Amino acid sequence: MITIDDLTVSFGAVQALRSVSFVAETAKITAVLGANGAGKTTLLRTISGLKEPRSGTIRMDERNLVHRRTEDIARLGIGHVPEGRGVIGEFTVEENLRLGAMMAKVNLQQGLSEQYEQFPVLGERRRQHAAKLSGGERQMLAMARALIAKPSVLLLDEPSLGLAPLVTAQLMHTIQSLCDTSDLTVILVEQNASSALRIAHHAVVLHVGKVVANDAASVVAADENLRQYYLGLVE
Amino acid sequence: MDPFLTSRIVTDVLGGLTNGVIYGMVALSLVLIWRSTGVLNFAQGAMPMFATYVGFALLSYHFGYWPCVVACIIAGLLIGGLTERLLVRRLYGKPEINPIVVMVGFLIVLEAVAAAIWSSFPRSLPSPFSSIDWQLAGKPIALSPFTVYEIATGLLVMTAVAVLFRFTKLGLQLRASAVAPEVSRLLGVRVGRLLTLGWMLSTVVGVITTVLVSSNFFTGLTPQVMDGIFAFGFIAAAIGGLESPVGAIIAGILLGIANQFVTDFVNQNAVIIIALALLIVSLMIRPSGVFTKRTERRV
Repeated sequence: MITIDDLTVSFGAVQALRSVSFVAETAKITAVLGANGAGKTTLLRTISGLKEPRSGTIRMDERNLVHRRTEDIARLGIGHVPEGRGVIGEFTVEENLRLGAMMAKVNLQQGLSEQYEQFPVLGERRRQHAAKLSGGERQMLAMARALIAKPSVLLLDEPSLGLAPLVTAQLMHTIQSLCDTSDLTVILVEQNASSALRIAHHAVVLHVGKVVANDAASVVAADENLRQYYLGLVE
Repeated sequence: MDPFLTSRIVTDVLGGLTNGVIYGMVALSLVLIWRSTGVLNFAQGAMPMFATYVGFALLSYHFGYWPCVVACIIAGLLIGGLTERLLVRRLYGKPEINPIVVMVGFLIVLEAVAAAIWSSFPRSLPSPFSSIDWQLAGKPIALSPFTVYEIATGLLVMTAVAVLFRFTKLGLQLRASAVAPEVSRLLGVRVGRLLTLGWMLSTVVGVITTVLVSSNFFTGLTPQVMDGIFAFGFIAAAIGGLESPVGAIIAGILLGIANQFVTDFVNQNAVIIIALALLIVSLMIRPSGVFTKRTERRV
């Protein structure tokens, strides 16, 4: 479980997040929605320690994550799939996965087998350089690389960005089944609000750094004002 | 008598190979630092020189050649690590000219301090092998036990670096930290420590090179012992591509052989002119280096 309390993050004089508070429950998907510049990516980067907050706390169960190094936060079991996927193009698929498995106390061969079973196309292309994969395959690789370490929390930043609708639907299905079959806590940042709300249990809507909605995903999805003014979902 | 082994061409190739391996090692040490931290280390000759002086100071305490070499390597590890932590770490993310100016300054300081402590006169080091060329039927071939030691050590170091980077967990982390530091941190890799380790490793490659150069009977150890060799190593790294360790090694070896041919067939004074001409031509044709793939840094 991730508990964010009164989190404020600034870039110089500009406040990117203003007193943000919410809870991401264990084994649930929490969607963080909002337009460009709402502060969604900054939120994930702050949880991962890539950005230092001005004030507030981020707790994983009872441990405060603020002021910890990114690599230490990762070692606590937080997997972060960054915007743009962050696969290392000059590494092969398998080298990317080996890198993901390195810090976790997992059996490499078993971890690789599990990920190739989950994402068969990665098994077929294990010796290929990641730069040669399609957008969807890169997204799968980025997720597999985070999952191979068996994280307890998975931060996904715009996983559907640049993907075809069919690939996005498959991806969302994968995220949902991961959550259903394990205790994985997922914080899913998305601009594609309708896809995210379809699989999320809880939704937080950000608008210029402030929380404007924090409720069950079904409630947010049914709120006409939120849909129209903050999520750009017009019937 | 075997006329082939003592022919002028083979003699030049063998003689050039020895220098080429040394240039290749200097180029490799430059590439290791460039790839991991984006710093062009102009003190890459001076730092190992200083470590070699420190290590061979043990000669005064009646230690032999090999214990001194181990001491040089330990000193190199310390100098490399401390330089990264105390000097270079503050320069990451700054304009590219800043680390260049700082490292040129560091080079001057190290050479001045070494001269002040140990003097500028060549200091002859014990050599573990003879530098006298073997002979075939009364004619020398351009190989001595010492040159075989130089070539074998160089190839061993290059192979060890390649194996480390290609086949080990540590190598994977070093490569990842170099090309994608933020992603590596998100995966739990301690990037800061690995950058320090990269500098330590590179300095050790430089130390082994300096030990080979200065334990040659004809060279000796001076504060400027690596200056000329650094220039050729730098040219090799630029021709091979600062992104490509294999390219740097190949370019170093070829440059060594080319230099030997120029010395033999033209004039020794023409060597640096022709080496610089090669550099200019290669930079005009492929500015990123002959062996660098254009996509290598794409993440």
